[in-house]
Parts: sequence; structure tokens; C-alpha cells
Amino acid sequence: MANRSIVSIADYTREKLQNLLDMAGEFEKCPNRDILKGKVVATLFFEPSTRTRLSFETAANRLGARVIGFADPKATSSTKGETLKDTIKMVSNYADVIVMRHKLEGAAQYASEVTDVPIINAGDGSNLHPSQTMLDLYSIYKTQGTLENLKIYMVGDLKYGRTVHSLLMTMRKYNSEFHFIAPKELEMPDEYKEYCVKNGIKYVEQTDFTEDTIADADILYMTRVQRERFTDLMEYERVKDAYILRADMLGKCKDNMKILHPLPRVNEIEYAVDDSKHAYYFEQAHNGLFAREALICDVLGITLEDIKNDKTIIK
Amino acid sequence: MSEHKELQVAALENGTVIDHIPTEKLFEVVKLLQLDKCTDSVSIGNNFPSKKIGRKGLIKVAGHFFTDEEISRLSVVCPNVHLSIIRDYKVVEKKTVDLPDTLTDVVKCANPVCITNNEPMHTVFHVIDKEAGILKCHYCNKEQHLDNIKLK
Repeated sequence: MANRSIVSIADYTREKLQNLLDMAGEFEKCPNRDILKGKVVATLFFEPSTRTRLSFETAANRLGARVIGFADPKATSSTKGETLKDTIKMVSNYADVIVMRHKLEGAAQYASEVTDVPIINAGDGSNLHPSQTMLDLYSIYKTQGTLENLKIYMVGDLKYGRTVHSLLMTMRKYNSEFHFIAPKELEMPDEYKEYCVKNGIKYVEQTDFTEDTIADADILYMTRVQRERFTDLMEYERVKDAYILRADMLGKCKDNMKILHPLPRVNEIEYAVDDSKHAYYFEQAHNGLFAREALICDVLGITLEDIKNDKTIIK
Repeated sequence: MSEHKELQVAALENGTVIDHIPTEKLFEVVKLLQLDKCTDSVSIGNNFPSKKIGRKGLIKVAGHFFTDEEISRLSVVCPNVHLSIIRDYKVVEKKTVDLPDTLTDVVKCANPVCITNNEPMHTVFHVIDKEAGILKCHYCNKEQHLDNIKLK
């Protein structure tokens, strides 16, 4: 069997992405099934991440699989000096799918090379986090009805935010127009701007974050500006409040505009925004369940057809 | 005059001559090709006059022929060197060194949190721009320039 691991989705074709979106759509209609009955999903979290782990484990449980794994590397042999390869080899004897999060970049790629059991990358350092990208895509697709020709405004920490980088690379096939709104210290890195130029992605950079500058957005993708990212704390104090989304900034925005955020939020979206029809970040996290159900099935070779003809749905 | 020049290093009967090595790269080449461990006769010369690059380094290895893999490793350190294969005192083949599309276990990744720096494993780099000399780590996706690389 060819290795069906998902390390990155940035290079997936439009057809492949659409297929995964349609699978997630089916799971949203009927999330509870027994399609993975008899399968074992391992969740190996070498770096703690409660949100992502719970989402993957819920996805596996709701499809009838059983789950093994660990949430904290302190309880594993890696503290005894076991290599990643050995841990993966060992778990490959037990599980049909391995979902892994690791603090080292490239760990998921390497894991996928040392085993025939499919690996799903649940985040490798600041490198990639494809299940987050998949749920972002699904949220955009669901709220806008399409991925084509959208104006996507990214706000906050565009330098270190891996979710914005992944989304940018994956959306390059859909003729999007990006607006990068960030303080100077956290602006989109040159390598991604060069990537945009090379791939014909339209983008605009701005530092102002006001009612007027976001009026034309279809998607407002908010991220957290973290204090520890700044070398100059004076600069942090100056900009920390400049990238907070307040309810009174939504007066001019388009009807279809939705606000996304990878969560956790701290203070970059005012609580009053939660009641707005534009707020979508909690539903976005919910969509993560359907997106992850689709990814787990995909690596196990279960197709969209299989899911449409599934007789194991639990009503 | 020309005869005198040839006497600087003895002519090879069989073996390989690596010519036009930038003087500052000479000992990197020695290390890369593991000539310090080579048991064949090795002549290493430096600061010879060169019309092309001013001064150059030169290595002659008797009775030894490098593999394509060794040559591609060499391309990382100095992409413009010339190789001459000598058999029976004659140059039977000249090779220029080409940067391959992929470099396996030649270069160390500059990213300290890359998996390759934390596991006993090979590195793999994709050469994404040959002219500009830009490599991209197969694992962590970080890019680096040939001028700043460290060998494994």
C-alpha cells in the first residue's frame, strides 16, 4: 500500500481539496457512524495540545474507532532517550493510523518515512498544521459557498503565525486577494511575499486596522499578537491595542463577511463581537471535527463514495 | 617555462586531478572527499597562479576515481571546479561539477529545531534554485544559501 500520510496539504490539487471538503460535508450531516469499527487510532502528542488532541480523538470516537495514545511526552520512553523512529515503529505494531504532534519541525515527514502506517501531522513545531488549514478551508467554503475569488484579510501576527502561512499557500489556487494587516515587527515574512509573487497571488500590505480598511473583506482572519514575540517591549505596548477587533468596527463590513480565528483568543477580539452575525470562530472550531473525520478516513483509503453509501450511520 | 610548471606536481599515471579550487575552499574539499583518510598518494597544492581565478588550489589523487555521489558532494562546496580523469598519463575524461537536484546527507540543516538535528538520521535538501544556490530542507522546509551551509 502506498503511504497515504498527510504531512502537508499545501500542494494538494483543487480536486483533492474539494474531495476532502465534500467528505467533511457528509460528516457534518451525519457525524456519528461506525465506519471505523475495529480500527485503532493512536494520538501521539509529544508536545501537549489539548484542543487539537480532543478534536482528533472525538473524530475517531464518533466514527467508531478506538483510541490509544499519550497527551504528554513526560509519560513516554522519549524521556528515556528513545528516538522518534523507535517510538513510531513500536506504535505501528498497534495502530491503523498515527496522529502526531511534535515540537520539532519535519518530525511528521520523517515519521511517515519510517513506517507503513499512515501518519497525520497534527502540527510539527512552527512548520505545518494541515488539519487546522483543512478546517479553515472548510469554514471558508461553508460560509462563502466557494473558495474562488475571495478577499481574505489576515490580521495580527503574520510573522510567526503558521496558520496564516499554510492558509496562504493552500489558497493560492483559488485566485484569492490577500490583505496583510500587521505591525512592522510582525509583518508577513519576505519569503511568503516572494512566494505570492512567484505564484501570482495578489496581496496588499497595510498597518492600519480600522472600520474602513476592513470594509471590503469576505474573510477576516484574526490572530493573536503575543508579547513574547517582541524584542522591543515599547513597540509592543504601542501596537498591542491597535490590532483588537471591536464590535464598532463592523459597521461597514460586507454582509457575507465572517471572522475566523484559530483560537485560543486572548483579547484580540472584543467579547461584544461574539454576538455579531459575523463572528464564526466557535463554529470554525466545531468544523475541525468534520475536517478531522475526513482526514482520518482519507488516510485509511475510505473514499467520498464509501462515505455517501455508508450503512453504519448512527441516527 | 611550461616544463618547469609541470614539475611543481608530479604527473599522474592513473588517477584524478581536481583543478581550479578556490584557495579558501581547498581544505574543505580535502575534508569533504575524506582525503585525510585516503591511503593512495595525494598531492595537495595551493596558491598556484590561475588565469581564471587569480590563485587556485589543486589536488591530485593517484589511482583513485571518485564516484558520482562524491562529485555531487563536491558541487556543494565549490560548484566550478574541474575534474580530469587520468589513465596512462592521458586525460581521458573531463568533468565539470554539477549541483544535483537533491543532496542526501551532505549538508547540515541550519534550523536547530529541525528533526534532522535531533534524530540519528540523514538530511535531505532539494536544490530549488541552482543559479542562486538555494537549498530547501526536505523535513522542516527552511531554506538556506549555499554560501552559508555547514557540511554534515
